[in-house]
Amino acid sequence: MVPLSWYIILGVVLFVIGAAGVLVRRNILVVLMSLELLLNSVNINFIAFGRYYGDFRGQIFAIFVIAITAAEVAVALGILVALVRNKSTLKVDEVTMMKG
Amino acid sequence: MDPGFFLLFATVSVITALTVVLARNPVHSALALMACFLNISAIFVMLEAPLLAVIQIFVYVGAIMVLFLFVIMMIDVREAVLQRFLPGSNLPAMGLLILLGIEMLVLVLWSDRFSITEPAAIGGGDQIRQLSTTLFADYLLPFEAASVILLAALVGAIVLARKE
Repeated sequence: MVPLSWYIILGVVLFVIGAAGVLVRRNILVVLMSLELLLNSVNINFIAFGRYYGDFRGQIFAIFVIAITAAEVAVALGILVALVRNKSTLKVDEVTMMKG
Repeated sequence: MDPGFFLLFATVSVITALTVVLARNPVHSALALMACFLNISAIFVMLEAPLLAVIQIFVYVGAIMVLFLFVIMMIDVREAVLQRFLPGSNLPAMGLLILLGIEMLVLVLWSDRFSITEPAAIGGGDQIRQLSTTLFADYLLPFEAASVILLAALVGAIVLARKE
């Protein structure tokens, strides 16, 4: 049988890779994809804990995370399309409209 | 169940996740992310959550990735493709991330609460039936809230992407 810690370590590795994508990459599309990676590593942790402690609620919260992720992606891509139409840039550093 | 299968799926998902971050072309990133999600759904099957695996494939691979590919095709990515990814370009962030990863790994490996190998038996019978009963009985209010949030996101995306 696979120990629980292996799943947690897989979640840690995917989380760090996703956070690296969010913090280091300058392309907005890749930043959004790395955000998906972060949420998926959290889902792995939820389901692994739910399985090893005999509780359904891990899976239920994973379902909620997936639903909220779908909403987030729809809104983020809408904002992205509007941004590209107005400023025609995809770099994070050049989006400073809300900088005050 | 088999550690070999777990190691296979975990290795492939980590490699594809690295490809997502390191690839220059956003289309390559999207395809690698799709492969990563398929491997994660295989890991969900190993965790005996078949419903979550199916939802993962339908929602992520079927809907979200198609949305990403549509948006990549809609907007001009040629200018972004020319951007080369430099690992040493943002040293403080990289140092912070390495510190975070080492800290989490040390905490997980230190503690002995994560070393259990035998999963607790979930009360027998049909697991998906129990799952849906819990979802629609105990968690009905969050479920309805999630549906309202999805509706708001739908309307918001239409309004945002509309031409003036």
